[in-house]
Amino acid sequence: MTTAAHSENRFGQWPEDDRPRRRRMQQATRAVRDAGGALRGRRGGRGGRRRGGEQAMVPEAEFTSYYGKPVIKASPWEKDIPAYLFTGGLAGGLSLLAAGADLTGRNVLRRSGRIGALTAISASTYFLINDLGKPSRFVNMLRVFRPTSPMSMGSWLLAGYGPLAGLAAMAELVPALPAFLRGPGQLLGALGRPAGLGAAALAPGVASYTAVLLGDTATPAWHDAHRQLPFFFAGSAAGAAGGLGMLTSPTGQAGPARRMAIGGVVLEMATDQWMESEMGLSAETLHEGRAGRLLTTAKVLNAAGALGALVGGRSRVVSALSGAALLVGSACTRFGIFEAGQASARDPKYTVVPQRERLDAGQPVRAG
Amino acid sequence: MNRNSLFGPLDPAADAGWDEAPKRKGFLTDTSVCIGCKACEVACKEWNAIPADFSDGITGNSYDNSESLGASTWRHVAFIEQTATPRGSTVELGMPGVRPGLEGVGSGAAGEGEVGEQDGEKPDFRWLMSSDVCKHCTHAACLDVCPTGSLFRTEFGTVVVQDDICNGCGYCVPACPYGVIERRTGDEGTKNVGIAQKCTLCYDRLGAGKTPACAQACPTESIMFGDVDELRERGRARVQELQDRGIDTARMYGDDPEDGVGGAGAMFLLLDEPEVYGLPPDPVVTTRDLPEMWKRAGMAAAGLLAGAALSFLGGRS
Repeated sequence: MTTAAHSENRFGQWPEDDRPRRRRMQQATRAVRDAGGALRGRRGGRGGRRRGGEQAMVPEAEFTSYYGKPVIKASPWEKDIPAYLFTGGLAGGLSLLAAGADLTGRNVLRRSGRIGALTAISASTYFLINDLGKPSRFVNMLRVFRPTSPMSMGSWLLAGYGPLAGLAAMAELVPALPAFLRGPGQLLGALGRPAGLGAAALAPGVASYTAVLLGDTATPAWHDAHRQLPFFFAGSAAGAAGGLGMLTSPTGQAGPARRMAIGGVVLEMATDQWMESEMGLSAETLHEGRAGRLLTTAKVLNAAGALGALVGGRSRVVSALSGAALLVGSACTRFGIFEAGQASARDPKYTVVPQRERLDAGQPVRAG
Repeated sequence: MNRNSLFGPLDPAADAGWDEAPKRKGFLTDTSVCIGCKACEVACKEWNAIPADFSDGITGNSYDNSESLGASTWRHVAFIEQTATPRGSTVELGMPGVRPGLEGVGSGAAGEGEVGEQDGEKPDFRWLMSSDVCKHCTHAACLDVCPTGSLFRTEFGTVVVQDDICNGCGYCVPACPYGVIERRTGDEGTKNVGIAQKCTLCYDRLGAGKTPACAQACPTESIMFGDVDELRERGRARVQELQDRGIDTARMYGDDPEDGVGGAGAMFLLLDEPEVYGLPPDPVVTTRDLPEMWKRAGMAAAGLLAGAALSFLGGRS
């Protein structure tokens, strides 16, 4: 049985159907899909046919592949890893909020920040271990200290950050201890501030290393975004942490949470533009399919949440709703980026086209 | 550590800390004499006790029944039927003999070198067959990102998974620029289920002074095993020979130590562009960009810290 070649493959064409060998793809990041050559604009046209929009002029990239099969492999991860990314970023942001609240006497914000951070990092660790093919060997993550592996660095970061966040959260439970434990309770309470500050020192790393984790792969959408992803994820983490602060603290104490949330959303949106402009072809995956839906939802929720933080600061209800929106928005961002990467790995186009282009331009990647 | 530890020409075993390592070992797969028999696939599975790979069901594609490299497919024979190329230079390769270059041996009526327009009798299609395998890159992304140290560089310059250490985090899978390594799925009793698995270049056989199973089994010596330097010269000479005979699409793949992965331990002699075979045209090890990624992460972390501090400098609330 002879296998039919991929429809865009230049082989399998009968001689009569004499297509040019390969059409160069233009640098536009949004090639309009058009199978039959008809030009179609993006927006609904007046009078039906809209020819000549400059986006519509770009033909779909032609390339060769092995029966349309992926060239590289998509990660074997499922929901656990994007959940781990989200909760890790949330924990980092919360530790920062809690430390600041501790130093400025905002006790409710401090408490919700510390307990939230411990909950988030515990969830993050659970998701990471649950994803392993052999969870019983999770301790092997600490066998080596390997700077070329973001996952190794992340494991060590978590190994340092986790206990500190845990101590800080335990200190919050001291008032609830029974009388006979008051002695040790006082010690624990005294450890709260240093542990909280220590966690806050490691927290920014916890929030941003996950971007290096995704960027340090061959997955086109992730690798192409590697210059901006750290800022993108940091902004998302700030938004999520600020959101949780708004949700759990009285408006009188939640000012820093509101400001952090707004700052995070602004950073995320600005970085998004910058990222897409530099990603090249793989930027398409951020707008298509499941990834596109998730990222659009994230943008809407983030915008709504930031707006609520900006103008609804005095209302507990508006604050809470905005906070919730920001949390869900941040989760959607992580899941959306994850899905975009998976989609970019599965379609050979995103691997073959940029590489073939630079080869044909006489600019292969060479060390010399 | 070396200036080229992450990218650029390098002796990988020495860089990994092996003193007095033997000469680097690898493969040269000459696809111009591959007959697509899949003895390599079978031998590899037999020697390494690899389970059957029916995760997607039986493919029913008779000439390519393994579809791609994976956790349970460490040698994959690709098959492509090509109709006349627009360039019009399909070439009669003749019946493959046991050794290429021996005139007339076993080649019957279809001799060698009958190419070119003046002939008029060109075939209107050709079959390309190639046995794909782990490239054992000089700069192996899978090894670089492994957080448990399970993946390591052997004294032969190859990359091997220690299956008693790997915890199946799966990070090596998206890191590989060739899409080779994979996390094994299957029922609980399956050997090494949940672990990352790939070609070991028969590390156990090398240690006993033997040839890897696939090279041992290949009936046309399409798969050649030996010292990488010597194989590289052999491959380039063969490319020259093929081009002299008019097969201008013949090329080496993975032989350049300056390329994006520092050159491969498993090189290929291809008869068309790499992407025709499902190979990336210009792969780059992701670790090349890692220093910049860490720098940016540091900047983002600093920014987050500063931003958090600023948030507390606002108003009264």
